Amino acid sequence: MPENRNVTPRNGDVIVLVGTMKGTFILRANKKREKWDAGGPYFPGSAVYATAYDGREGRHRIWAAPHSMHWGGLLRSSDDFGKTWTNPVEANIKFPQGTGETLKQIWQVVPGREDEPDTLYCGVEPAALFVSRDAGETWSLTEGLWNHPQRERWMPGGGGLCLHTILLDPEDTDRVRIAISTGGMYVTQDGGATWRPSNKGVRADFLPDKYPEFGQCVHKVAQSKSKPERMFLQNHWGLYRSDDRGETWKDVANGVPSDFGFGMAIHPEDPDTAWIVPLESDGFRCTPEAKLRVYRTRDAGKHWEALTRGLPQKGAYETVLRDALAADTLDPAGVYFGTRSGKVFASSNEGKKWSMLADGLPPVVSIKAATVSLRRGRKAA
Amino acid sequence: MSFLFVIPGPLRELTGNRHEVRLSGTARSVGDALSLLWSECPAVRDRVITEIGEVRPHVNVFVDGESIRYCGGLAAPVRDGAEVLIVPALSGG
Repeated sequence: MPENRNVTPRNGDVIVLVGTMKGTFILRANKKREKWDAGGPYFPGSAVYATAYDGREGRHRIWAAPHSMHWGGLLRSSDDFGKTWTNPVEANIKFPQGTGETLKQIWQVVPGREDEPDTLYCGVEPAALFVSRDAGETWSLTEGLWNHPQRERWMPGGGGLCLHTILLDPEDTDRVRIAISTGGMYVTQDGGATWRPSNKGVRADFLPDKYPEFGQCVHKVAQSKSKPERMFLQNHWGLYRSDDRGETWKDVANGVPSDFGFGMAIHPEDPDTAWIVPLESDGFRCTPEAKLRVYRTRDAGKHWEALTRGLPQKGAYETVLRDALAADTLDPAGVYFGTRSGKVFASSNEGKKWSMLADGLPPVVSIKAATVSLRRGRKAA
Repeated sequence: MSFLFVIPGPLRELTGNRHEVRLSGTARSVGDALSLLWSECPAVRDRVITEIGEVRPHVNVFVDGESIRYCGGLAAPVRDGAEVLIVPALSGG
């Protein structure tokens, strides 16, 4: 097995969690984000589609979801930035026996809101939502979604039938929106007991009814923290904005070379700013014209501008997957993305200029960015 | 009855770094025998068996040199003194 390196973040540093098809890496820099060092690989040989940083209540915990082709998948955590990891005796994300299902992949781990510091959410394949109320010690299947009568008509996309996006409304603790490929978006307003489809205005080109109640292939959704009614959505064909918490969607693919793509990130403060990386088509999931371009809107989708400085503009047949684009919470915001060819790019100035943080990694499937807080808080579980 | 379980490298951190685990108990089937191993080394179970009690698709279990896929699966009979080999299939990495 390869020898691990580790990072030692200080208070206020930025870490970028890089999930790849063959393990996880942790990149670290101070808040200037000019010089980076790397830790890993952790879980070499295992695909890591989901990572998360939990900084609530004085924690500085990293979650990762290594999935071994042989030995299955589970959630593991580290409180020392990767030097040591938990290894639960029992797999912590398991379908109840009565469902007859087995876990195929963990796609998303999301710490709960600040006022629910022991809550975590986990989206998996086959499409289902798990919740923990004890800081990740135990998890339970969200039965209200699992038993939804439309579930039997959800269809797997190219990546499998996965629940890949979990949006916790910052103002309404009973409201959660999830997205499934291919099932579309569902929302609960009662803390998960009941769920309804919520896809008005989102196209499904691959179905006879182009605007069905559910069944869309939503690739990624992002919600503004400062203005929660604002969301952006990257669809399997289609780029959308919502101004009503996702109840209705408007096409905002204005000036992009393609409205097909996967990744989507929203600015930590400005609800009008978002980033995407368009791909040519579902038949050729590579950057159009062999140019690696991030597109940014600063006016809520009325216009999109190509950001290319520091990115290859020749022979770049790159693919950025649904969770491989993220922004940090600093000012100016840092933006990060990874490619299927194993490169990680970063911008510390909202996309004005890019630099390559890593090359030659295994295919990158997820990127998460966080600011480390090492201040003492309430004793965390 | 006694059984010898041969543990693959990636799972040895879950067996106290033991390459082989020898256990005594009563077992009529391979599944029974493996339950003895789960009792001794509980973390191995979920790495080898799925939620619905099947051997994971990319894991092979051999008993006395024969893959259980071809002789009854976990219900296959097991003899006293059997060697149970857990092996990752030729995939992944």
